[in-house]
Amino acid sequence: MSERKLRLAGVWALVVLALLVPFLFGPYRVGQFTLVLVYAVAILGLNLLVGYNGQISLGHGAFFALGAYTSALLIEKADVPYLLTVPIAGVVTFVGGYLFGVPALRLRGLYLALGTLGLAIALPQLIKRFDGLTEGTQGLTVEQPTSPSWLPFADDQFLYLLTLLVAAIMFVAAWSLMRSQAGRAIKAVRDGEIPASTLGINLASTKTRVFALSAGYAGVAGALYVFAIGFVAPEAFTVTVSLAFLAAIVVGGLATIVGAVFGALFIEFVPVYASDVNDALTGVIYGGVLILFMYLLPDGAVGLLRRIGKLVARRPAAPEPEEEEEERRPAVAPPGRGVPAGKT
Amino acid sequence: MRRSVWVLLLAMAALLIAGCGRDEEDGGGEADPGITDEEIKIGGSYPFSGPASAYRSIAEGAKAYFEKVNAEGGVDGREINFITLDDAYEPPKAVQNARRLIQQEQVFALFNTLGTPNNVAIWDYVNKQEVPHVYVATGASLWGADPNSHPWTIGWQPDYVTESQVYADYLDQEKPRAKVAVLYQNDAFGEDLLNGFKDAIKGTDIEIVAEESYEVTDPTVSSQMAKLANSDADTFLNITTPKFGAQAIAADAKLGWDVLHIINNVSASKLLVLEPAGLDASQGLVSTTYFKDPAGPDWEDDAAMKEYKSAVGKYSRLNPEDPFGVFGWGAAATLVEALTNMKEPTREALMEAVRNMQLKVPILLPGIEVKTSGTQDGYPIEAMQIQRFEGENWKLVGDVIQAPHSGGS
Repeated sequence: MSERKLRLAGVWALVVLALLVPFLFGPYRVGQFTLVLVYAVAILGLNLLVGYNGQISLGHGAFFALGAYTSALLIEKADVPYLLTVPIAGVVTFVGGYLFGVPALRLRGLYLALGTLGLAIALPQLIKRFDGLTEGTQGLTVEQPTSPSWLPFADDQFLYLLTLLVAAIMFVAAWSLMRSQAGRAIKAVRDGEIPASTLGINLASTKTRVFALSAGYAGVAGALYVFAIGFVAPEAFTVTVSLAFLAAIVVGGLATIVGAVFGALFIEFVPVYASDVNDALTGVIYGGVLILFMYLLPDGAVGLLRRIGKLVARRPAAPEPEEEEEERRPAVAPPGRGVPAGKT
Repeated sequence: MRRSVWVLLLAMAALLIAGCGRDEEDGGGEADPGITDEEIKIGGSYPFSGPASAYRSIAEGAKAYFEKVNAEGGVDGREINFITLDDAYEPPKAVQNARRLIQQEQVFALFNTLGTPNNVAIWDYVNKQEVPHVYVATGASLWGADPNSHPWTIGWQPDYVTESQVYADYLDQEKPRAKVAVLYQNDAFGEDLLNGFKDAIKGTDIEIVAEESYEVTDPTVSSQMAKLANSDADTFLNITTPKFGAQAIAADAKLGWDVLHIINNVSASKLLVLEPAGLDASQGLVSTTYFKDPAGPDWEDDAAMKEYKSAVGKYSRLNPEDPFGVFGWGAAATLVEALTNMKEPTREALMEAVRNMQLKVPILLPGIEVKTSGTQDGYPIEAMQIQRFEGENWKLVGDVIQAPHSGGS
């Protein structure tokens, strides 16, 4: 089997597994996997920005929160049907990301990282200040979507499948974007701004749009989070969330689409198991596992899978045409000054 | 291409084989989850980490009581298995914990989950699941306000409205024309106590002459204290959580503000508040209490206190003088009584017992009872006693003040 076919088979296996999850586990586990999907969408969005476009954001938790509160408030205070709040949350955060992105464009690398960090620190405080609307620290309880009576699913299964559907749309969209001309432009900007601009790519508008898109992904994830948890409070969106997303893209694999799923599995399950080992040492264990991961798997989970794939495929197969060269690039180039684009 | 179509078909088939929905339990007839002839599983969510982790002692105190009961043969032969999870005082984590305890660990009841926002976050869910959510460790008045809408949830300690009523009664007797300055935390807790106090002083000659609030996230309350000290108040009502309570005591002493200083029960811990603020600055403070003080000399020879101290020494690593341990112990004792009184091993029977109870818990002050009656009275403890800080310890003053919620809501 060639490497490409292997990869295809792997992706399909993942899809089948994802469809089977709600029928194999009990409600609590299914709930955890629903959260994994939610995180995966946010992480994918962040990976578009960090992995594919080479900008660093430490504040995606803020857009996640914005999406969550948009959805929660629309459902609870305006009686908007919950499904409708997903695209609305996406659009609101897209616009928010765009507005933040325009001035932030002047910032690159660490400066952008710090600017977004400020956003992540400020937002929970802002939520508390507007307590007339957001109920402040008390948080907002939101009625969770229930399975319609004509579907033979339990509520948790329905919620999972609904989230899976939205997540699948977001994944396919990201995948096709990255294979399009716009996707190549996005990567070219990461790989070298000057060469990219000589090719006629508008650096400013490309970066702002990616930032907005990535914020939109976080917003959609935020809305799904509300469905999954049924409750929002400022404490759910501290800086730790932003950092966890960033850790997750590295754990999953920078500049990969499926990596987001592995990253999401990591941030959902490792802390839970860590607290089972010793609830006073949760942070230590989580941090330790993260460090170990970076030592052993610097390319993330997807990097590991690729290495295994190469071993399996190491039969005299003819070299594949380099169709998806972005997936093979060891995409750890520091933002803004990576390897100049080879061929595109 | 053919391959992908094939895989898709396989996936569809798998979905169908999996039999669509999962068989839901009907619930009727069979025994409730979490209770067998040998074991009762109880779940709790506490801040073992994070800013409020001092409250972990409550879980330790409760655990010590359950261990003691288990060592004595359990409740009707059933051993109590108390499963606790950490929520770092973050409501979203409390939600996750409640789900885990109910769906995964299949506990019989949630007990003593801590924190007002955390319990508000979970109570709709828990009531929908019809799982007992008993003796929550928070003093908000809403737990007992409407037993009909949340029949599975009940508090334990005297709530903030009861507490403010006790202060109002005390002032009415000792200082009937008091001019009161109030510092309060700007959240549900602070407003509960402040509004309770305002209601309680209606029709008396006591008046509030100055009010200042702070946010939990503020670093200090010094500017608020300076403003209050400039008012013509002769009494200071200090509605704060421990960190700010200590700051306010220190500021009061530093400003040389000569007032009757009332500090709310939440911040009356000698260990956590008065010692950091300085015992000199704490002389003459007035507060309330409802259980025996493990740090003072008054109860050294008391049988209940001796039992408590020997059990926590044996089953926990708790500092025996930590009052939070006594709190957890008392709540656990109340739960064990309710479990003993259950007519059958079901969740409904537990709530029936919890809601119809009249009990003297030995670790509570003499004259204070745990009493509920159906949906009429959803507040287990509704009495407190005034205490004044003198020398090294709190001294009880006067008699227990009963402050039941007036009928109706």
